[in-house]
Amino acid sequence: MLTHLPILQVIVPLLAAPSCMIIQRPILVWLFTLTVSGLSFLISLALLQQVMISGAISYELGGWAPPWGIEYRVDELSAVLLLIITFVSTVVLVATHASISKEIAEGRQSLFYVLYLLFLAGILGIVSTGDVFNVFVFLEISSLSAYALIAMGSGRRALWASYQYLILGTIGATFILISIGLMYQMTGTLNMVDLAQRLPEVAATRTIFAAFAFFIVGVSLKLALFPLHVWMPNAYAYAPSVITAFFAATSTKVALYLLIRFTFTVFGFSYSFSTLPLQPLFLGLGLLAIFAGSATAIYQQNIKHLFVYSSVAQIGYLVVGYSMGTPEGLTATLLHVFNHALMKSALFLALAAVIYQVGSAQLKDFRGLGHQMPLTMAAIVVGGLSLIGVPLTVGFISKWYLVMAAIENGWWPVAILIVLGSLLAIAYVWRLVETAYFSDPTPEANPVSEAPLAFLLPLWVLAGANIYFGVDTRLSLHLAQAVSQSLFGVSP
Amino acid sequence: MMILGLYSYWIVIALMMIGLYIIIAQGNLIKKIVGLGIFQTSVFIFYITVGKVEGGTAPILAEAYSQYSNPLPHVLILTAIVVGIATTALGLALIVRIKESYGSIEESEIQEKDNPKC
Repeated sequence: MLTHLPILQVIVPLLAAPSCMIIQRPILVWLFTLTVSGLSFLISLALLQQVMISGAISYELGGWAPPWGIEYRVDELSAVLLLIITFVSTVVLVATHASISKEIAEGRQSLFYVLYLLFLAGILGIVSTGDVFNVFVFLEISSLSAYALIAMGSGRRALWASYQYLILGTIGATFILISIGLMYQMTGTLNMVDLAQRLPEVAATRTIFAAFAFFIVGVSLKLALFPLHVWMPNAYAYAPSVITAFFAATSTKVALYLLIRFTFTVFGFSYSFSTLPLQPLFLGLGLLAIFAGSATAIYQQNIKHLFVYSSVAQIGYLVVGYSMGTPEGLTATLLHVFNHALMKSALFLALAAVIYQVGSAQLKDFRGLGHQMPLTMAAIVVGGLSLIGVPLTVGFISKWYLVMAAIENGWWPVAILIVLGSLLAIAYVWRLVETAYFSDPTPEANPVSEAPLAFLLPLWVLAGANIYFGVDTRLSLHLAQAVSQSLFGVSP
Repeated sequence: MMILGLYSYWIVIALMMIGLYIIIAQGNLIKKIVGLGIFQTSVFIFYITVGKVEGGTAPILAEAYSQYSNPLPHVLILTAIVVGIATTALGLALIVRIKESYGSIEESEIQEKDNPKC
């Protein structure tokens, strides 16, 4: 049983997805999905424990030895990502039943859970597989269910946003497919470890160069790296509220995982950082993303849009840390992956609670909410402080390590720019806090009460985690450093 | 000779560019999906071309043959074709619902209805 954990991680949600069709009652489907997600979380915990004790786990699918058979490979990086994904998924699911009961018609709710589980299986598959073609297949499973989930959002704008995401997402995935094809052409293998051994022989060819370039563009589209982020704001803002919380915390992280996995494990660190001007490119785009994303966020009236643009900026921080190409920089990036998942899932879940009670998430609807929904707004404040990077929140930890890594690299201007970027975050968080606490509700607005426990419980688990991991960094830092060391250990 | 000998790759590149151009240049949503289809098809042809060995036959063990084409890319691309069909179907389904709620499938008209001022 324990030896089959890597495949169980993927197959449990994958098989559970169609089963949702059989159970028609919304409440039962919800309980079923919650159980499956909780089970996945337990599996990922067991996997992480195994990996931390005995190193990377290799699982041969169907007993065929790699590189002929498909290999599932869970190493430190995968295990941490699996843990983050399944944790956020389970916590968000707690609030899902209440939230979608107002946003999606009853007859379509079981379909919603089918798509949710397919998406979960897709992203878990991307992270656990050790086969590059499998990556493409899982990427498309998760993307196709993501398009359909976004289209389930209320209002016709959700359809248009979903369509735009479909076009750009498919172009991105097809670019990755081309890259895989070019690599296969030169090496005759699809297994990641095997590829890593065979690529150096042919690394000087133009084919591999083209494969690398196609991959970087394709994954940047999926990552929503500025200026390829245009699909993200609308797609996330018009999706069902809980889906926004889930996607914002996991989807871009998986794309970042792919970027790290391919550049470090498959192409190798020295190839990745020497053939293309990857470092100045990602550093420049990352810094641009921080400033453009934050500046746009300040002017948003829809609070969902505001936090999605802030995500564009946070992706900038992730990429800046990555572009340093040092173990410290990568540690900072991985810490931020962990921390950003906590912040954004808390914030978007709080917005889901506001939408549940108030009906919309425009800035004017937040007038006086600080007194009417004190617990929800307090969670938004915790998340907002974390986005800014105030001490005692997780945001401070990742910013701190990012700035330290930049200084260690001798990149003083970058360190200063990172701090300046946080100042912009104060501007947009303050606008929300000011409206919620210091302005009176409009006279015609209906009185609003606090959100139900179904929202408050997961919300405060996440907000509490934001504070807890901001004070006690032993676990998150230890994991991030272990991952960073294992990645640099493979390709010194 | 070299250039002519690689003709199938040139077809791939031509189709790829045509597909991408249609996606970018056309405002009609269905035409965009057609462009996406052409773009994906170019990748299918690319994979099939990669697997072909000149003078090779289908990979069947028989005394008379010693050279075989690689069947793996063909199998891979079957999967990608299925993915492509799913994408097209989903895209067309979205267009149907966009038509129902916006009354149009032209990009410019949809954007005008979303942001009346600009």
